[in-house]
Amino acid sequence: MTTASHALTNSLPPVAPQSTFDVERVRREFAILHQKVNGKPLVYLDNAATSQKPESVLRTIDKYYREYNSNIHRGVHYLSERATQAYEQARQAVQRFFNAGDPSEVIFVRGTTEAINLVAQTYGRKHVGAGDEIVISAMEHHSGIVPWQMLCQEKGAKLRVAPINDRGEILLEDFEKLLGPKTKFVSLVHVSNVLGTINPVREMIAMAHRHGIPVMLDGAQAVPHVKVDVRALDVDFYAFSSHKLYGPTGEGVLYGKAKLLEAMPPYQGGGDMISSVTFEKTTYNKLPHRFEAGTPNIAGAIGLGAAIQYLNQFDWEQVEAHERDVLNYATERLLSIPAVRLIGTAREKTAVASFVMENIHPHDVGTILDQEGIAIRTGHHCAQPLMQRFGIPATARASFALYNTRTDVDALVAGLQKVLEVFQ
Amino acid sequence: MSDLRDLYQEIILEHSKQPRNYRAIPAANHKAEGYNPLCGDHFTVYLTLEGDTIRDVSFEGSGCAISKASASMMTQALKGKSRADAEELFEKFHKLVTGHAESNGAESLGKLAAFSGVSEFPVRVKCATLAWHTLQAALKGEQEAVSTE
Repeated sequence: MTTASHALTNSLPPVAPQSTFDVERVRREFAILHQKVNGKPLVYLDNAATSQKPESVLRTIDKYYREYNSNIHRGVHYLSERATQAYEQARQAVQRFFNAGDPSEVIFVRGTTEAINLVAQTYGRKHVGAGDEIVISAMEHHSGIVPWQMLCQEKGAKLRVAPINDRGEILLEDFEKLLGPKTKFVSLVHVSNVLGTINPVREMIAMAHRHGIPVMLDGAQAVPHVKVDVRALDVDFYAFSSHKLYGPTGEGVLYGKAKLLEAMPPYQGGGDMISSVTFEKTTYNKLPHRFEAGTPNIAGAIGLGAAIQYLNQFDWEQVEAHERDVLNYATERLLSIPAVRLIGTAREKTAVASFVMENIHPHDVGTILDQEGIAIRTGHHCAQPLMQRFGIPATARASFALYNTRTDVDALVAGLQKVLEVFQ
Repeated sequence: MSDLRDLYQEIILEHSKQPRNYRAIPAANHKAEGYNPLCGDHFTVYLTLEGDTIRDVSFEGSGCAISKASASMMTQALKGKSRADAEELFEKFHKLVTGHAESNGAESLGKLAAFSGVSEFPVRVKCATLAWHTLQAALKGEQEAVSTE
């Protein structure tokens, strides 16, 4: 069997591009959506926590384990060669997906959290010292706060926080004022998991670069909804998780500009990240393998590749238009309920409707909606400082994916009427 | 809606809207903070102990209907009780909300039996028991905030 035919057996036949976005056709690809929960049709609105997976992703992972499961980069045998090829094809799919310059700039990690920790512990530890500053924003997820806090504690550096307005938008002038000679790094969320705000990252990156400061973006909530081009953004590091992008859990991506990655010390030591090892000295492997110690999540990477292949059948503008329509409809319907207050009303936002209800705790809202078959997230969403900013303990959050519809929104609103009935 | 009415019984909704003993006791000789990091519920429980007897008990803080009503009804149930009574009541209450109550368990709990519906909603057990865990910490005189995680 030739190498070329391996490629064909690994990947699924390409799906014909959809000329118009047909949400009912999309929904048929997600078997999990078609079930009853508590006797009611499931309405899944917790996509910012994790998205569901289409059949093609499930089949690809199943096929890997059934037909060519094997360790990569080492074996000389047929299965290993095939698995290696599929794993590296997934890397190329990611590279094309967000337009990285080279596949070696795509590092497979466990998820966004690990990617941020990797950068903090390698680039950060090398370049941040006592008295230096790291700038983040007031809408960071805990994973965009704690790794930098840990680094600051270790180095005697200081964390500076760019404030936001009541809509949930970063105050650009205040952000720019924080940047100076002491600033060694900027780490920002691209899209807020609580507010849905799409931050003006291109502008913010340009501001930081004028001071020679590198920028990392947490793209976990961005890549499923916004077309990302890392080279157009000129971003230095970019991270996202597979499981929020219709792929499997336990898999994620760190993008880094090659010149930055090459100068960074390794993150974890072990197999695959070395070129040669003696007891006296180890020579580290080339990119991207230097940052992928140990056997990686092979099925995870291949599954992520399948998720990207799944998304490639769509015209991105049509996906964005569909999701915008559902979000706008949700916003309008939620605002029609007097007891509901939206948290996060940025002019540029996507796919997330966070809200609180007068005198009713989000947790109670979540339980009652669950009885109606509606899955939302309630709580602080791993963003406690943001909750403090808005003076609330928690929110209820409905978050949307490409398979959600206006009908789902109608179910949510009907569910909220039940909440009001119980608490009248 | 029957399941929901089991959880959100009238008495629970009423206490959540108008919690009893919802105040600080500045001269309390025992006090503890309780926190549920999952949902952000946060309560302080104040106790005035005379010897072994709970003379006064109150709470402050924020939380969902279940946690607030539970705290409110707990303070009502505890006044005048001994330490040992309080411990025993918590044990019975815990069994009730986790679905391990003995057949006559609910009867001896009085009004607190209204929380039996919680056992059908396992993720809400933490809400119902937060005030009780905090009470236990206050009785032991623990200074650290307790957490249900």
